[in-house]
Amino acid sequence: MIAGFIDGPLWYFSLTVFCIGVLWKLASIIFGKRKNDLSVARASGIPGAIKTVFSRFKADKGMVPHIRVQIVAGYMFHLGLFAVLFFAAPHILFIEENLFNLDKIGINWLAMPHWAFIVASEFAFLGLLMLWLHRLMNPVSRLISTADDHIAAILTFVVMLTGCMALLEGFSELRLLHRFCVELFLIYFPFSRLIHAFTFIPSRAFTGAWFGRRGISS
Amino acid sequence: MVEEVLAHSDYIDKYTRELVMSERLERGLQTLRAQMDTKVKSFFSSCVHCGICAEACLFYTETNDPRYTPIYKTEPMRKVWQEEYTFWGKFGKKLGLTKSLTEADLANWEELVYDGCSMCSRCSMVCPVGIDIAYIIRKVKEALAASEYSPEGLVAATKRAVEIGSPMGVKLVALQAQIKHVEADTGLSIPMDVEGADYLALLSSMEIINFPEYIEALARIFKHAGVSWTLCSEAFEATNSGLQIGNSVVAAELVERVVAGAYKLKVKYVISPECGHAFSAIRWDGPNFIGRAYDFKVIHILELLEELRNSGRLKTSGKETERLTFHDPCQIVRRGGVEAQPRQLLKSVAENFVEMTDHGRMNWCCGGGGGVSANERAEGLRLKAFNRKKSQLDELNVDTIVTACANCRLVMEEGLEENEMDIPIVGLTEVIAEHLVED
Repeated sequence: MIAGFIDGPLWYFSLTVFCIGVLWKLASIIFGKRKNDLSVARASGIPGAIKTVFSRFKADKGMVPHIRVQIVAGYMFHLGLFAVLFFAAPHILFIEENLFNLDKIGINWLAMPHWAFIVASEFAFLGLLMLWLHRLMNPVSRLISTADDHIAAILTFVVMLTGCMALLEGFSELRLLHRFCVELFLIYFPFSRLIHAFTFIPSRAFTGAWFGRRGISS
Repeated sequence: MVEEVLAHSDYIDKYTRELVMSERLERGLQTLRAQMDTKVKSFFSSCVHCGICAEACLFYTETNDPRYTPIYKTEPMRKVWQEEYTFWGKFGKKLGLTKSLTEADLANWEELVYDGCSMCSRCSMVCPVGIDIAYIIRKVKEALAASEYSPEGLVAATKRAVEIGSPMGVKLVALQAQIKHVEADTGLSIPMDVEGADYLALLSSMEIINFPEYIEALARIFKHAGVSWTLCSEAFEATNSGLQIGNSVVAAELVERVVAGAYKLKVKYVISPECGHAFSAIRWDGPNFIGRAYDFKVIHILELLEELRNSGRLKTSGKETERLTFHDPCQIVRRGGVEAQPRQLLKSVAENFVEMTDHGRMNWCCGGGGGVSANERAEGLRLKAFNRKKSQLDELNVDTIVTACANCRLVMEEGLEENEMDIPIVGLTEVIAEHLVED
């Protein structure tokens, strides 16, 4: 019964909350109240917005020696998680068969080999742990962190851990546990710091446009 | 009986104090709510509290005090956003779990925002999720000013700006006296209130009082290039204390004075002086303060000089041989977009120009921008923050520093004096004037 609930109604509920929550958040940001700038622009803000969306993936050269931990751990975690999420064989199979029926319309992509999965998972785990330790130990990030930051980190860690445990395919309870954790993650996502995975784009674009219309590369 | 009356009066005092305090808090809250636009919501939604912005802030790097982390300075606004615009905030408020913004928060953040932030925007350039932190801090300033949590020095400067027309209390007679000196020294006449001139030049109080050589340089360059220009007796002051303290009403009033002067004299252009925040106030923020676009164009003096040089109207000869560097004023370069012009101008008259390690849009502030230099209380912190500039200068071992902001110049002169560093600082416009081809 619990298995049916987790695989059925709770899955659809969490997915709906996630999708509507993210769309609502993005729509409220994109179509929300903001004043028009009445000063005469040096250049259009659009190229600046587009440029900044991509340029902030790379840290300023002068800053690098001071923020190595955040850069290295940040990239390890995000790239590792991205690889595992979209290129792990069980995830591809799940997406193709259950989520959008992509296999029926001929959309599929290759899974990464098992060794690559192990490397990506280790990167993601190590990156997340380093970021979390940095959050706890560095005086700056300790001061500015909120409960939400810690909950988001713990939830992500639990999802990743149960995901690895679910690889033991002989135990269907472990797969269910992972799926349940993912569902909690999806429900929490739109109302938490995790939403930065989407809102970083309009944030960078706003700032890039602001600087861009003044003729400044940001 | 007496004891009863005293006890009662104590109660009334306490009640009145609480009433005034809650009124101040309410004004601050209302101001924060009114400014909660979609950009702010997007920024707070995206912040992952990584702390990278701290490493871009000279008030943090030179003190190692985490309270000076730029995003932490926006905490009053984040609290309001959290409580009133997020699901968990609203939920927590109903359960009494959310920590609301308090009067004590406003009092505590006054020092962080006014003393420990020069609005240099370096933090806005490094945030990995693209938060324009200075944009939010400016809004927090607005709330602090509305709730009367602003430093005395800045309040007094703003009062002088509104009542006298200058934050330093410089009146027209003082300007006229300086003009007389300049005219006597140069043999040139300084045009005043000339209707139909092409350009209306603005000045900052610091230039009038501390660096009148800037006025002399303008007169010489414009005579040389055949520029039709004038000063305006009713609108000569460019600095805007309203912007510095975070009072948009005052800022708009000060911009309106310049606009009225420009319309009266029917000029085509208004020239911003070298002063950094004055440029920001009149060029970029001005139309937004007054709620309409101008009928004239605003140009920074360095933009104009470079235009004149490119069109062949400004001819220079000879080059400085000593080793010199350029200090980028934040509001002109990082937030103003005038980055290439000072370098091109300087290279045209200097053969040994060297850049600091972090320069241009990633320069380090002098420490006195955003009203910090007008805030006596912040002096100790400002001098500490100057150590960042000192380190940059120590690396270069230059003979002269060139800059393009009277405020930066004065702040750096104090910093150099404090550190017993004997390096002269000059304004770029003056350097150009020194190299004009004699007619």
